[in-house]
Amino acid sequence: MNSTSNEPEVGGQRSEVRAISTRPFYWSTCRELWENRSIYIVPLIVAAVELLGFAVSTNGLAERRRAVLLLDASKARAGIEVPYDVAAVMMIFTVFIVGVFYCLDALYGERRDRSILFWKSLPVSDLTTLLSKAAIPLVVLPLVAFAIIVCTQFAMFLMTGAVLLAHGMSPTTTWINVPFFQNWLVLLYGLVAIALWHAPIYGWALLVSGWVRRATFLWAALPPLVIAAFEKITFNTSYVSAILKERVFGFAPNAFDLAGRHSPTVDSLMQLTPGRYLSTPGLWIGLIFAAGFVIAAIRLRRYRGPL
Amino acid sequence: MATIEARGLRKVFGTTVAVDSIDLQVEEGRILGIVGPNGAGKTTALNAILGLTSYEGHLNVLGRDPWNARDELMRDVSFIADVAVLPRWIRVTQLLDYVAGVHPRFDRAKAQGFLAKTVIKQTSKVRELSKGMVAQLHLALVMAIDAKLLVLDEPTLGLDILYRKQFYDSLLNDYFDRNRTIVVTTHQVEEVQDVLTDLMFINHGRIVLQCTMEEFEARYVEVMTHPDHVASARSLKPISERQVFGRSVFLFDRVDRNQLAALGDVRTPSIADVFVAVMSNPEVGDERSEARAENKEALSMTKHK
Repeated sequence: MNSTSNEPEVGGQRSEVRAISTRPFYWSTCRELWENRSIYIVPLIVAAVELLGFAVSTNGLAERRRAVLLLDASKARAGIEVPYDVAAVMMIFTVFIVGVFYCLDALYGERRDRSILFWKSLPVSDLTTLLSKAAIPLVVLPLVAFAIIVCTQFAMFLMTGAVLLAHGMSPTTTWINVPFFQNWLVLLYGLVAIALWHAPIYGWALLVSGWVRRATFLWAALPPLVIAAFEKITFNTSYVSAILKERVFGFAPNAFDLAGRHSPTVDSLMQLTPGRYLSTPGLWIGLIFAAGFVIAAIRLRRYRGPL
Repeated sequence: MATIEARGLRKVFGTTVAVDSIDLQVEEGRILGIVGPNGAGKTTALNAILGLTSYEGHLNVLGRDPWNARDELMRDVSFIADVAVLPRWIRVTQLLDYVAGVHPRFDRAKAQGFLAKTVIKQTSKVRELSKGMVAQLHLALVMAIDAKLLVLDEPTLGLDILYRKQFYDSLLNDYFDRNRTIVVTTHQVEEVQDVLTDLMFINHGRIVLQCTMEEFEARYVEVMTHPDHVASARSLKPISERQVFGRSVFLFDRVDRNQLAALGDVRTPSIADVFVAVMSNPEVGDERSEARAENKEALSMTKHK
């Protein structure tokens, strides 16, 4: 039977196929955002808590600012920057957690509530579905993090300025000491580097979420940990746990030049090492694994129905 | 060409044979009702047609292999797999946006027209709707899709009688035409009896009876006999006998209607009564289809080699 031969000889009576351009990927991504509002609500709540904490800390800010400005420039900058850095790191950590839990539910939820039968009744391929789901932690969440961090830091800057003005001080000392635009550039670079580095973690979570019948978190998290424990007990070595640790934190020493620093801080664009990062085998091995997990999840979804 | 064409369609789960070498041909413009007890293989057969499950044998739906081209097939096929599979978190407007955004044959204005006849508000979430309203919403979406084949698997299960009646009425009046094909499974057979053009009984994964409704009406006759004709009615080998208000009601298969008219009041039986009779003594089913199935089994085995 030829698959092209049946096209509408009957077309005369039925309304011709309208040339409506459909955008399955775009709408599938929208659908993820409609369903999983935690993607932006959780980061917003965290940002609100950060701002609340910062507002409380402005009590006595003027005195501290006077003291910190007596130090030399680099120490003054470090001192003023601390809450801004903490806010950013906390947000990056938040979207990582949100991303992992999103992925763990992405293919499990639709089976649990039987809605997979509805989604599969529409002309959207498993490939498009999986790509739109993978785009959430890899594209959407980094953008959400970036936008919210920039807004949070700007709000913190305004609060500081208001407090300083109220104490008859110049609000510009923050602006002079903290290079916001440079920091936001570093942040953008860092978010891209982190998302790519964590891609296999998200891919694994997606695969588990399409695979298991219950307890997605357990199935995703326990096997690697149990294997690490097994290795430690049996051979008294720690290769697996080293690999796991490297997968979570390993982006930092590769994407940034942190040599000779006590704490992993980035205060110069010279510290960004995209060339070194892109030639790190760990990045590409991770991306190959991520692609493998996503391809497996695409294949698997074809076989999957309601639980 | 046929809308659905299956030869030796077979699906095995572990040691259970869910669908056992079914041959099926559904032409354009037909409304086929598939009736069978729970676990008979109805849903599995439909899932194979919809590309939701893998299968053995030959299956062709609108010129495509469903398992390998589900997403393409879904441009021309709509289905309601079950009541209440619409995601509960979604808003009606979001649902319309989404389907309009992914489906080239969806007419949003038409769907909104159908919804305007209901009490469903566009701002509502699916979880706020009653079960009957969810079914109305799903039907409105499906009827606004210009599909060639519509598959309904127990679309009215658990709905009250008003919604069920309305469901089939709007399907017939606002959707069905000679270019479309509908396949429906249901346990509420009395409601679809006047809707169907074709009928199929299925049990243990095999087709027990397959006929058009004209054939059904020509073939099966129910007689409410006068008390003194009971013995002669029994001698004509009815396929079932039951008592209604103290009178005997016999169901006959392929017995001359005029001959039966002499015995009492003759009428066309309900699908449900024939179904019960056929299921309770399997040998009265369509022996031809049995023979055909065996033929095909031999055929498909040679083909596999």
